Amino acid sequence: MSIRGKAFIAGIYEHPRREIPDRTLTQIHAEVALGAVADAGLTLSDVDGYFCDSTVPGMGGISMVDYLGLQCSYLDNTETGGSSYLGHVGHAATAIAAGKCSVALVTLAGKPRSSRGGPRGGGGGGGGVDAPPETSFEGLWGLAGAPYNYALAAQRHMYEFGTTSEQLAEIKVAASIHAQYNPHALMPNVVTVEEVLASPMISDPLHRLDCCVITDGGGAVVVVSPEVAHSLDRQTVKILGHGEAQKHAMNGRVDLTYSGAVWSGPRAFEEAGVTQADIDYASIYDSFTITVLEQIEDLGFCEKGQGGRFVLDGALVAPHGKLPFNTDGGGLCNNHPANRGGMTKVLEAVRQVRGEAHPAVQVPDCNIVLAHGTGGALSTRMGSATLILGREDA
Amino acid sequence: MTANPLPVPAPSPNFDTQEFWDAAAQGKFLLKRCDSCGVIIWYPRFVCPDCHSTDTSWFEGSGKGTIYTYTIVRKGQGPYKDAAPFVVAYVELEEGPRILTNIVECDPESVSIGQAVEVVFQDAGDGAALYRFRPTET
Ligand SMILES: [Zn+2]
Repeated sequence: MSIRGKAFIAGIYEHPRREIPDRTLTQIHAEVALGAVADAGLTLSDVDGYFCDSTVPGMGGISMVDYLGLQCSYLDNTETGGSSYLGHVGHAATAIAAGKCSVALVTLAGKPRSSRGGPRGGGGGGGGVDAPPETSFEGLWGLAGAPYNYALAAQRHMYEFGTTSEQLAEIKVAASIHAQYNPHALMPNVVTVEEVLASPMISDPLHRLDCCVITDGGGAVVVVSPEVAHSLDRQTVKILGHGEAQKHAMNGRVDLTYSGAVWSGPRAFEEAGVTQADIDYASIYDSFTITVLEQIEDLGFCEKGQGGRFVLDGALVAPHGKLPFNTDGGGLCNNHPANRGGMTKVLEAVRQVRGEAHPAVQVPDCNIVLAHGTGGALSTRMGSATLILGREDA
Repeated sequence: MTANPLPVPAPSPNFDTQEFWDAAAQGKFLLKRCDSCGVIIWYPRFVCPDCHSTDTSWFEGSGKGTIYTYTIVRKGQGPYKDAAPFVVAYVELEEGPRILTNIVECDPESVSIGQAVEVVFQDAGDGAALYRFRPTET
């Protein structure tokens, strides 16, 4: 596939000012975004792909998507210095040609002139005027570290659906059953529901054993063309589908009971042409037990609110559970390198398709698998990404 | 059990939020409304995230709401190192938006979802103030 003739530039806008001390970086990104979509005869509501570099305050453009109230199926934060935006146009054309989005927005903003001779901004306490725009409204309440946001989600899920701490603990137990077979697992011991509930409360209702491990480490993946794949002796794994989404605070309509997986999942299933019933194994992001529970619901493996019941009776335990998950022991027991569990989710999914998981947890006839990642703060400012992979003949 | 006093970190006003924080220092909880579609905009910004109009106006909110969800933080970090246990919550304002904040002036163990709360302002130094919420007297 080539991008030739598959995408067109429809709107442009250059900020008219050359010294802008009275705007935040976020505001300048917003102003040029409004200008460019207006030039195209479109509105921001039409935008479903967003491309930016590191001049956007916040994590990977998600703060900007939140600020502008966008709902994007495609987000690209490639940072290559001054060449970024040319790259972004090419990436946008590739994404459009592949059907991943139809209206892509690329923005740049900076204030090197008005910030000469001192630190940027100067607004005091919470990081200056060019801190991510939500900072003073979300960063001052003592929520240092990841568990607290997930605890807020768990508390609400329990309130709305009757989910219990025992049900959440079952997720940790399943991961620990798998971890005992992984010689590299940080926490290779099998734990019980009682042990999870007896571990210290970190942030109600999450206990220490509801949390993932903290580990150094890393991982890598190589993706190749069909021609290269066929030339290799190594068994390769086919990429069948992919979906992405961001979920943000939605202009104050915060709902902590679901995640961006409700959008990324269907995009991946549709592209792959498979359904939940076809999934033999799932790598599900497991920063906390509640993360797994909400993703299982959001990805459609059970009805919303039924996750607590779904995970009972060894449903997640390989090889014969209803939905064998995280057979490497997951982030909950094995590895969560760099506090980012998405890479290891891909790796174990590949091992399952290759038949290279530990024999005790290898899913028989593992043909089609799903890997799902969650980033940022669950349900309030997050990225979701879903991959569906399969055997070469899948 | 009574709650420990919480640190009062100073907010960082910017060109979107200066009016909000100036009003907070005067004991007023401002909200922004989109003049085009009428939605309340939270957090405050110059462009409406719903309809993308830039016509917006400030008005004084009721400062009242109910708890949407909460957690009791058992181990604080940074400026909150000695503050635990303390409560972080999303409060659903009467006007609609669900906003992150602390629940203060109460026993953390007494907090519950659905509880009525009202805004209080705490001195953050240098003429600044931070909003938090406390259970409404019944
Ligand atoms: Zn509006």
